[in-house]
Amino acid sequence: MSAETAVPQEPGRPPPASGFKIAAQDVNVHYGEKHALRHVSIDIRPREVTAFIGPSGCGKSTFLRCLNRMNDVIESCRVSGSITIDGENIYDAAIDVVQLRARVGMVFQKPNPFPKSIYDNVAYGPRIHGLAAGKAELDAVVHTSLERAGLWMEVKDRLRQPGTGLSGGQQQRLCIARAIAVSPEVILMDEPCSALDPIATAKVEELMDDLRTNYTIIIVTHSMQQAARVSQRTAFFHLGDLVEYGDTEQIFTRPQDERTQGYITGRFG
Amino acid sequence: MTEVAAIAVPRGQGLGSDARLRRRYAAERRFRLYGMGAIALAVLMLGVLLVSIVSKGYSAFVQTEIALDINFDPAVVDPDGKRDPEALANADYGKLVKTAVQSRFPDVGSREEKRKLNELISGGAQFQLRRMVAADPSLIGTTQRVWFTADDNFDMLNKGYMLRSGDEASRQLSDKQIAWFDALAADGRVRKAFNTTFFTAGDSREPEQAGVWGAVVGTILTMLVTLSMTLPVGVATAIYLEEFAPRNRWTDLIEVNINNLAAVPSIVYGLLGLAVFLGFFGLPRSAPLVGGMVLALIVLPTIIIAGRSALKAVPPSIREAALGVGASPLQVVFHHVLPLATPGILTGTIIGMAHALGESAPLLMIGMVAFIVDIPHGVTDPATVLPVQIFLWADSAERAFVERTSAAIMVLLAVLMAMNALAVILRRRFERRW
Repeated sequence: MSAETAVPQEPGRPPPASGFKIAAQDVNVHYGEKHALRHVSIDIRPREVTAFIGPSGCGKSTFLRCLNRMNDVIESCRVSGSITIDGENIYDAAIDVVQLRARVGMVFQKPNPFPKSIYDNVAYGPRIHGLAAGKAELDAVVHTSLERAGLWMEVKDRLRQPGTGLSGGQQQRLCIARAIAVSPEVILMDEPCSALDPIATAKVEELMDDLRTNYTIIIVTHSMQQAARVSQRTAFFHLGDLVEYGDTEQIFTRPQDERTQGYITGRFG
Repeated sequence: MTEVAAIAVPRGQGLGSDARLRRRYAAERRFRLYGMGAIALAVLMLGVLLVSIVSKGYSAFVQTEIALDINFDPAVVDPDGKRDPEALANADYGKLVKTAVQSRFPDVGSREEKRKLNELISGGAQFQLRRMVAADPSLIGTTQRVWFTADDNFDMLNKGYMLRSGDEASRQLSDKQIAWFDALAADGRVRKAFNTTFFTAGDSREPEQAGVWGAVVGTILTMLVTLSMTLPVGVATAIYLEEFAPRNRWTDLIEVNINNLAAVPSIVYGLLGLAVFLGFFGLPRSAPLVGGMVLALIVLPTIIIAGRSALKAVPPSIREAALGVGASPLQVVFHHVLPLATPGILTGTIIGMAHALGESAPLLMIGMVAFIVDIPHGVTDPATVLPVQIFLWADSAERAFVERTSAAIMVLLAVLMAMNALAVILRRRFERRW
């Protein structure tokens, strides 16, 4: 990990300890007139699962989508502030968005495999980025990606069949395999289990725990139990503000802010 | 439990006894009946149309033929005796036909009567004999029984469309002509055969020599020009407007104008084509090239609108997924969105092409209404198209063109059905790949 020496620090906040993967400083997001995210500053550690929790419309998904600049697609959306990954400002004009998205993979709320074969789903990313020279190498990338996503044993005999024919949980793990295949450093997951049944959810959660050894994972979730189960760090968002951020255990047992307290005890949300 | 009891249905308004419920079911039944009635009406009208066309047109697919014993007299065909192809081609084969007819009816004397007798056989008979001799010169000197296409009036007589009685002066055929024809029929020298001429010949003033092939070729060439111009331009426009263009006043203006252009009467495009393509650029008149360009202008808005809605129908999650693995916007479109939108784009294209196929008014403006006998060989040759051919024949006086008009409509419908079938096959193929 490179140090965050180039990042200008907001006055009054302690500088991040060296070794943070992502550092966001004073991030604001506007959708047209609406101020969706206010002055968010957060540092995310590498090789950990960080969970974003909060009621609907609190800005947690918006912030997640800032991290790989998926908000660029929305025309009325404006982002200000700085977000650095390994010390590089990803909103810098010199940054190539396409390369950034290869470094910061994303898994969406609803499983969205391409309507192609299972193999092509996983191979698509490596193909367009030229990550594999030749068929054998590509086969190997597909194999390891599916294996890491815990799907290999289930699909190894049907790689040529359409990915859309899998069950919901398998589709979501296929999407994770697709994201892994381009060797990202960070994986963003936007409520990855909200469309899955409890058994599939358990598999994906188990998978996140395994993937943590290689990737920095950020997950947005509505389920506080899930956040408590899978994450090491938790951030609580409310009405566009980052209210509280700390170790998961601390957030769930000794929240500092009364809004956090109210949310995790189910008084609102 | 007390709360549940409070919202329960009051007694006396139990299930099934509710008048409102019955009214709802009645409304549903009524609506279903309306729907079925509408479909029945549409099917009935389609049936009336098809029955009327087929009943009028089916007889055009057979043609009356008359057999004559032709003596290939060397004195007429090859007076020099050299079998020179040039001389054989220039011989007076019409004389052979006339001689054969007159020898069958030797008692016909006057000049006027002989002229009427010669009307039995189509004017194309001499060309048929010339082809026979050119193919086989050994026929010269022999006598052969040859089947000739009957003149259109006798064809109509044979098919029962001509009056046999009544005032002779107001009839197409005189009593004597009818008697000659009946005599030939009694000899077994009259038959009905499949009308190949109709499918292989170009237009003609003589109904028995007229065919749709010229118009079919003209239609195909015109459609190819239209397709090759509209598909790339239309799809590119749809992709740009839907996937890349910023939403602002300019794109709104363009969108409104495209929708308006789809509603402009086609004759206006014909005038535009006349002024711009013929007047300004000096392109050839009556050519499928210009016809195709004019039709392309007409079809373009349809293809753009259909293409945009097909692109819009691709779920955004696919775009997000592709962007999420680092595809560039162009890769997103060409690897994911466009393939998924292809069936919809194809459907829109076929609807547009079917629209163009039936269009005649704009083509009249650029001269594709001319009387053209030759089969076109390229997009710059003068040509006509099926709808215009139908228009021309519907406008002709001869009784035999009535059935040919209906037959040409059937050919047009067949071409349309072939196009639709092609669209269905293409869609299946593109869909199966996914």
